[in-house]
Amino acid sequence: MSILLGRDPDQHTQAGFVALNGLRKPWVEKFLVYAGRTIPVVSTILKAGDRWGSVKARWGINRMQYGILPGLYAVGSPGADSLVFVTANYKMSFDALRSRLGGLDAWILVLDTKGINVWCAAGKGTFGTTELVSRVAKVKLSSLVSHRVLILPQLGAPGVRAPEIARRTGFRVEWGPVRAKDIRAYLAADRQKSDAMREIRFDLRDRMVIAPIEIAHSWPILPATIVLASLFGLPVGAGFLTRAIPVAIVILGTMPVGTILFPAILPFLPSRAFVVKGAVLGALWAVVCSLLFRLPPLAAIACFLLATPIVAFLAMNFTGSSTYTCQSGALLEVDRSFWPMVISLAASLVAGGAAKLLGI
Amino acid sequence: MTITYPKNGDTLVLMSEACIGCGACVDVCPHAVFRIEAGKAMIASKATCMECGACARNCPAGALSVEAGVGCAGAIILGKIRGTAPTCGDDSCCGS
Repeated sequence: MSILLGRDPDQHTQAGFVALNGLRKPWVEKFLVYAGRTIPVVSTILKAGDRWGSVKARWGINRMQYGILPGLYAVGSPGADSLVFVTANYKMSFDALRSRLGGLDAWILVLDTKGINVWCAAGKGTFGTTELVSRVAKVKLSSLVSHRVLILPQLGAPGVRAPEIARRTGFRVEWGPVRAKDIRAYLAADRQKSDAMREIRFDLRDRMVIAPIEIAHSWPILPATIVLASLFGLPVGAGFLTRAIPVAIVILGTMPVGTILFPAILPFLPSRAFVVKGAVLGALWAVVCSLLFRLPPLAAIACFLLATPIVAFLAMNFTGSSTYTCQSGALLEVDRSFWPMVISLAASLVAGGAAKLLGI
Repeated sequence: MTITYPKNGDTLVLMSEACIGCGACVDVCPHAVFRIEAGKAMIASKATCMECGACARNCPAGALSVEAGVGCAGAIILGKIRGTAPTCGDDSCCGS
């Protein structure tokens, strides 16, 4: 039967029917021959390679190529009555799930979300009703299990319409906990969620784990630092570095201030708008630099006009990584802050130039 | 600590007369926006609603509506540059 199914071109592109070369991965322990299929059995222990992959993805290295083959996977020795957990084909999402299933016998149905995590993919609709209905059919799930329950991560709900899944596939969707780490407690409680399991948080750890990607995305600050520091350091020769280094520190410093310090103290900064929170922090950074380098008044104003919009912009970008911002609010931030930020940057260059020429 | 955001929940509308009190909204909401009282859903915490759309999509009675979208300035800026709706582009950037 597996050979027969293997002829279906659709089956080649997903896990669960034949032993594909693309599935010879360190995290695939063996293949389980079951109900005429050859299903990869995955480890529930994350190895150094998995962890290193996560670290790289967190820093944005090959992150868009961190997908796994969609289809059907197994943990332990599942059978007809084993639970089916659904996840995205982003390796980090898949790892988060399988690492919490140690000792269980279960199926994992991986949707094709183009290598994007569950929540973002649900927002885009790729972790969605259409893909789930089609994947259930493609892996012929109804011939694999005797029950009719799918356990989905709760954060998949913006993309998946549970009543429609029931109508079109016969499978009832049960929304599991937000975080994979709560799966064992959820199963222990007869698949009842506590309020805490249902709620997304944005604690210090949650905020800091996404800081690396923000640092990686702030790379344009590096060339900007080199160009501006060189310009303000002119003329080349005696005193070049003395003039260039403070400028470099002011600009380069916005990077850690906007991407590390900002998420760290986000709840304690004034205003609800990220751009305002960031502007406050940027202004404080300018004050620190002005005092540190004993800048003359006009140079201090230039420093203020430069650091404020840069940190404000970095902070505003953090809305995409946050867990509680809505689109209309983000739109408001972008609309209201765009021109003030541009004007401030332009004014800072004018003020900086004047300060340099006049020495004030 | 509950942190809120400008315009949170502005577009969320619950039509109580259509609500069948099934609790699906309570189950899918990641911000505890809803509560069931006397057999009907009620909006208990509009200020924490991030308009993700999970509730409206999963309400079997069609009693909820919300203008769902991404609360991401990066996607909005990219959409403005390209002249489209907010889009994540080729390199998605949101956290994990």
